[in-house]
Amino acid sequence: MSECCERKTVGVSEPGAICREGSGPVVASVTTTAVDPRTTAKYFGIGLPALGAWWLIYRGLFPFAKWFTFSLLTLAPGSHLTSAVEFFIFEAPKVLMLLTLVVFAVGIVRSFFTPERARRILAGNRESAGNVLASLLGVVTPFCSCSAVPLFIGFVTSGVPLGVTFSFLVSAPMVNEIALVLLYGLFGWKIAAIYAGTGLAIAMVSGWVIGRLGMEEHVEEWVYAAPAGKDEGGESPNVSWRDRVHFGLDSVRDIVGKVWPYVVAGIAVGAGIHGYVPENFMAGIMGAGAWWSVPLAVLIGIPMYSNAAGIIPIVQALLGKGAALGTVLAFMMSVIGLSLPEMIILRKVLKVRLIATFAGIVGVGILIVGYLFNAML
Amino acid sequence: MKIAILGTGCPKCKQTAEVVRRAVEQAGIEATIHKVEDIQEIVKFKVMMTPAVAVDGQVRISGKVPTVEEVKALLAHGGEA
Repeated sequence: MSECCERKTVGVSEPGAICREGSGPVVASVTTTAVDPRTTAKYFGIGLPALGAWWLIYRGLFPFAKWFTFSLLTLAPGSHLTSAVEFFIFEAPKVLMLLTLVVFAVGIVRSFFTPERARRILAGNRESAGNVLASLLGVVTPFCSCSAVPLFIGFVTSGVPLGVTFSFLVSAPMVNEIALVLLYGLFGWKIAAIYAGTGLAIAMVSGWVIGRLGMEEHVEEWVYAAPAGKDEGGESPNVSWRDRVHFGLDSVRDIVGKVWPYVVAGIAVGAGIHGYVPENFMAGIMGAGAWWSVPLAVLIGIPMYSNAAGIIPIVQALLGKGAALGTVLAFMMSVIGLSLPEMIILRKVLKVRLIATFAGIVGVGILIVGYLFNAML
Repeated sequence: MKIAILGTGCPKCKQTAEVVRRAVEQAGIEATIHKVEDIQEIVKFKVMMTPAVAVDGQVRISGKVPTVEEVKALLAHGGEA
């Protein structure tokens, strides 16, 4: 498997795969320019007004959508078309603005974390606490599934327990900031919080279980024979705020630049559904009543690989037509959290049994989440 | 100077190789560039993120596609960070 995240699309949509990359400050940055206090001041001088402008525009989107729909296009209130247009004009800029801000903020946060630092924190930890920590670090550490193998080796050879390493590997793709923003923007903070919380829980628990199973002998022998990971030069060299801001801006350019067409397309589909498709269209197939819908959603989801931006429009379409939240959440998690290409990449370091165990445990975790939410809501 | 591009052959690794090639050309220095694509070999460099660039056996850049300027600065320092 020599493909990288860039083109890692098997199955559905071609989402121009994003992974959290671009990644981290350079290991040994060549340009360790001294931090000039004036540049810092300059960044705040530009940053604060920019944030203010962002907020004003964001606040103005709703009245603008109303004005655009009713006054400019003079559409009559109440029709299918009106409701679809109003939805699109409001949601598309809203979600894109949210995405830009969050990707920038996450970029800044990520500039504080590198896999090396994550490893240093985790190597000193026992299991359980380690699993919790690893799941959280998986969210904030820049990681790309094409780097899964070197990262895996770097972790286990430096003494991070196998189960803890898995917690990291599960949470890194599963809890995704783009998915979080889109869910928040389109469905509100509760669903976004449920997604993040259950994603983290699955990562913690499945890593812990794999640790309990003691499957170290199902890691390819050469991995443990590899030279032990060392810390290159301890702390990464001083990364100035200038570098962090640039890192944030780079991630915006990288990620938002790539995903915006999918986001807009997704919202257009959502707008169509919002205006035209009758409620409860999907309720019979993917509603909470059909017990087999959750496992089916997971089975369909695993071989599909898509990134968050590609999957959310589908999520929105399904939910909009009356599919149950648990089923949809399970589907989404199995698509972005468990992917066939990633398993094929991991085959270089793991024996088939461990990969199957890994997929099985995470799959069961997703199933439980799906049933739980279908039962609760 | 020996420059190694570490990466399993993903698009970003190819981009990196191209950037390094251009940087060497522009800097007008003597350097050999070779790609390391075998994962077991890559691991020996102890990198955790690919693509990575190593100069004379020392990893200097990892986890991103560098810019031509970055690589030139690296080369100008003779591989010393």
